[in-house]
Amino acid sequence: MSAPAIWIFMPAGLALILWLLRNERLSAGLAGGITFLLALAAWMLPIDTAMSVGSVSIKIASSFAILGRQLVLTSADRLLLALIYATTCFWFAASASIKIAHKLIPFGLGITALLVASLAVEPFLYAALLIEMAVLLAVPLLSSAGRAPGRGLFRFLIFQTLAMPFILFSGWLLAGIEANPGDLTLVLQAAILLGLGFTFLLAIVPFNTWIPLLTEESPPYPVGFILWMFPTTALLFGLGFLDRYTWLRTAPQLPNLLAFAGSLMLVTGGILAAFQRHLGRLLGYAVITESGFSLLAMSLGGTTGLNLFFLLFVPRVLSLGIWAFSLSILKEQIPSLRFGKVKGLGRTWPFAAYGAILANLSLAGLPLLACFPIRQALWEGLARQSPGVAVWVLIGSLGLVTGALRSLAVLSMAPEGTPWAMRESWPQRIFLALGALALIVLGLFPQWAIPLLARLPSVFEHLGH
Amino acid sequence: MLEILNWVAALLALGTSIGLLLSRDWRWSLAILAAQYLGVFWLVHSHWPISMAAVKLVTGWMVCAALGTTLYGSTEGPVSETAWPEGRLFRLLAAGLIAVSTFALAQKIASWLNVSLAVAWGGLLLMGLGLLHLGVTAQPLRVILGLLTLLAGFEIIYASVETSILIAALLAVVNLCLALAGAYLLNARAAEDSQ
Repeated sequence: MSAPAIWIFMPAGLALILWLLRNERLSAGLAGGITFLLALAAWMLPIDTAMSVGSVSIKIASSFAILGRQLVLTSADRLLLALIYATTCFWFAASASIKIAHKLIPFGLGITALLVASLAVEPFLYAALLIEMAVLLAVPLLSSAGRAPGRGLFRFLIFQTLAMPFILFSGWLLAGIEANPGDLTLVLQAAILLGLGFTFLLAIVPFNTWIPLLTEESPPYPVGFILWMFPTTALLFGLGFLDRYTWLRTAPQLPNLLAFAGSLMLVTGGILAAFQRHLGRLLGYAVITESGFSLLAMSLGGTTGLNLFFLLFVPRVLSLGIWAFSLSILKEQIPSLRFGKVKGLGRTWPFAAYGAILANLSLAGLPLLACFPIRQALWEGLARQSPGVAVWVLIGSLGLVTGALRSLAVLSMAPEGTPWAMRESWPQRIFLALGALALIVLGLFPQWAIPLLARLPSVFEHLGH
Repeated sequence: MLEILNWVAALLALGTSIGLLLSRDWRWSLAILAAQYLGVFWLVHSHWPISMAAVKLVTGWMVCAALGTTLYGSTEGPVSETAWPEGRLFRLLAAGLIAVSTFALAQKIASWLNVSLAVAWGGLLLMGLGLLHLGVTAQPLRVILGLLTLLAGFEIIYASVETSILIAALLAVVNLCLALAGAYLLNARAAEDSQ
């Protein structure tokens, strides 16, 4: 038995089996249970170390050979695997209550398996091809049943596909640099191609127009899942490049470049969020600012930057999940999430309406909510390095707060005399209440997440030490 | 002789990619795409053994078959764009501009990668015309054809620097998945039209 077989091939095979199931609850229950077990196994089982079970000795091998190349998952990757499968479990568990499980689970599990494979493949630049496959698998997930695909889906497909050639070609150039490190022309060419590849992959300005379009057109919950999985994998893939190539990691321009790209995403995302009149698009702009925060954490460098980078994950997935879940409930009732259509829904769908607002405020970094403590630490670090960047971060966050307050006003604006009601189903109420509680608890006791994430930087051999 | 055949393949790539840009009937488009993969096969063959280069041809034809099966029986007539300049003269001029500029660029790429000019031009031309195709359309079939053309161009260039079997297999899977995604999108559109 090898680690890639457990955490890549088994979920991929299960995705195919679960695709055949039509029962929403059974599908969600099975997928939730399996992903939870995979997360638990990653947390507990050592890789490449013999374990004794009674008289039997078992060893999980770290590598799996395929067509002359290898998929490698070492003991250092276990925490990352646990995080990936635990968050996937979180997305799947709630999907049955909004009747999306039959679609989200098979495609979602397949996408997760491919993205884990992209982090495991050696030589690691082949990951670009596996990410592209995951992008193509996401197409049915993002397309609404019985509706023509919109511009957002096409742009997502085009921009993500354009990333692949740039990254593959830069990988070839990087191999040349390893052989001849003094060739500055080659270094420049590789850096330009790599930069372009990651600009497409991470949806950095101006190639991020597909995000708000997609959150406007497509079902919110699957979009939320995709907008969690893809940027996270792309960021980890990017860190893999930095970890592997010393010249890239030590380039003096790198922190400034990352800080510039991060602030640009944060400011554009924040300002545009403040002027949105569509709840879905607001989610899209919040996702753009989140990628900006991750780039800013990377720009800090060292273990501090890397720790903050990983600490952003848990509050982010929690907020995104609750926001997308709430919007899914609201979208089932109305044809569009435009402000004009959602006016006053807070009276009849209070859990969903205020769940969306709470998640929005959390991502905006409001004190006492989950994202605040990490944002504060990030802000402090940025202010020490460059006060200008810290001001841009403030502007971006204020934009998100403005968007949340405008949404709150619209959702509360019911005609006089409208009675209060709670039309969400019980599972929806329970999930939203638990989610809201988790957002508040993580805001009050951020140290509770630290033991889970503290060792994650060690995944990266050079950056994490 | 080999060099002449490379130029024939590059000219086939030029003719077919311009044909894809101009044709409005899906039957013609798929026939032209199938012919384009012949040119791709030959240009890849100049760096890969014939057995591996044949993967490109077989995959390409499977892609055409998947898209053709989806569209077969569709009553959809020639599709016209709603927002972009769709005049044939405009597209022909834009394609000419790309053919000339990629030819200029190909000379540098050929000496940099140490490949023949025909191979470099064939690859760059397909990438350029694929991008042009993506820029002037919002129709599902056209977007997929544009992406396939772009990837075909990239595969020609990349074949000159990378000969891994896994890469060939993964690129073939990517092409097939793209065709399946295209088939899904075409069906979704047909479902909306029928409602």
